[in-house]
Amino acid sequence: MKRPATGANRGVGGVSGGAAGVGRGGAAPGNFRPRLRYRRTLGFVFAAACFAATLVGLISLAVLLVDVWGDGADALSWRFITSFPSRIASRAGILPALVGSLWVLVLTAVFSFPIGVGTAIWLEEYAPRNRLTRLIQINISNLAGVPSIVYGILGLAVFVRAVALGRSVISGSLTLTLLILPVIIIAAQEAIRAVPNSIRMGALALGATRWQTIRHQVLPIAMPGILTGTILALSRAVGEAAPLLLVGAVAFVPFLPKSPTDSFTVLPIQIYNWISRPQGEFHALAAAGIIVLLVVLLVLNAAAILLRNRYSKRLQ
Amino acid sequence: MATAIDVPPGQAVLEAENLSVYYGSSAAIRNISIRIPENRVVAFIGPSGCGKSTLLRCFNRMNDLVPGARIEGAVRYRGADLYAPGVDPVEVRRRIGMVFQRPNPFPKSIYENVAFGPRINGYRGDLDALVERSLRQAALWDEVSDRLHESALALSGGQQQRLCIARALAVEPDVLLMDEPASALDPIATQKIEDLIYELKKSYTVIIVTHSMQQAARVSDYTAFLYMGELIEYGPTDLIFTNPRVERTEAYITGRFG
Repeated sequence: MKRPATGANRGVGGVSGGAAGVGRGGAAPGNFRPRLRYRRTLGFVFAAACFAATLVGLISLAVLLVDVWGDGADALSWRFITSFPSRIASRAGILPALVGSLWVLVLTAVFSFPIGVGTAIWLEEYAPRNRLTRLIQINISNLAGVPSIVYGILGLAVFVRAVALGRSVISGSLTLTLLILPVIIIAAQEAIRAVPNSIRMGALALGATRWQTIRHQVLPIAMPGILTGTILALSRAVGEAAPLLLVGAVAFVPFLPKSPTDSFTVLPIQIYNWISRPQGEFHALAAAGIIVLLVVLLVLNAAAILLRNRYSKRLQ
Repeated sequence: MATAIDVPPGQAVLEAENLSVYYGSSAAIRNISIRIPENRVVAFIGPSGCGKSTLLRCFNRMNDLVPGARIEGAVRYRGADLYAPGVDPVEVRRRIGMVFQRPNPFPKSIYENVAFGPRINGYRGDLDALVERSLRQAALWDEVSDRLHESALALSGGQQQRLCIARALAVEPDVLLMDEPASALDPIATQKIEDLIYELKKSYTVIIVTHSMQQAARVSDYTAFLYMGELIEYGPTDLIFTNPRVERTEAYITGRFG
């Protein structure tokens, strides 16, 4: 729309300037200076810069993997995965931490998914657009940026002390739930917002209630995005050590947690504990622990992709 | 503004009386009174922004969903006030179906698209038979009968729109509101929709909003011309197009503006 005006402006003062373009380009009208080679170079430089940016992440990850594998591959064995921690490095294993992480993961998912998705549905589908909901929205975004240690302090004060759940799996899970809720809410909101409004109108026009519209049309379409966001948030929770240290996950757990009220440890804390010891053998154990943690994360993300594909396929 | 309203005789299925709709503080339609006769096709024509879609959406309370929308006046369906306190818009929308400008099939199978409305409304009969009947009514059955369980999104635009019509018919409405149902379609698909509307008026009352005056002339029995939120002229389509009584109507249908 604006082009003709610009062209006209050029034409007034730039007849001779335009003539050069005509000469080079043959049929090119005098009002345009295509500078094709420059534009193409610019495009190439941009693509190269983006590729370089991608490489930074890829190379760091590769270095990390190679380094950790080099340190920890020897310590990694079935015995390592199925043993309890020990003062003697050659007997020490990661089983309680692995089981503790899985406990925390499952409970955190159970708490955070319904609360997070429920909040997102209310904010997107029901809440009026007023100052209050905008305030809530801004606060949720802010909470996503609060350092995890702060959630640890909150968890200690509220779940461990005030609610008297003690230094247990459930206290840890609830603390991590608070930590990842903002991320889940925001991801779910984005996914729900991406559902075209015409779908809602179509369902409502058939005499669907608002709930039926959300349940049968909006949520199925938004679900792949919601699941992806939730599982990414859970991966973050699995890697957290700081808030759980405060909530009282202990480093030396010679038993497996059997109920949500048992005390526990998790992989990152076990890794942190080993790495802070002076003996080199424990550093190898820490590296092996990191490999186990990475595998857990990999399985989680693979599950996310599988779930998403299954949902997307159903929609096509 | 000069107006001419030639109220069609017989029982009115839908009726607006002194109806005004405001979005915030600006009026989208002002003081419109119109009666929609049974088993006829009524076309709303007029330039963009004249309020024809707003008027259409008052008849199934879809305007309720627009934040800040407010109505004054009355809308009656077979004599009952649609905006009376006890009236549930969900029930209104089942009786008064709607087809939108752009085909908006659900990203599900063809079958599920048609079955959704009956299911959520607690249909207790034979669902397969209802789906087939609805697809036949929408002149789509022959094209999709062998792939009912494939995605509706694989259909062409025209087929998708006929699927949306089948979907609307499946909840057994009384009236069908169509908001420029063919404006996103090519001429062949458009003609199929128009043929379909002609068939539908045997069992339904149809209101169609259209930008195309030829379409209004081809499919409708009565035409209402709206301009700047007011109803300028309403009467039998052949009269509106051959012998309009208001100068502005004539200017619009002869293409002098709009």
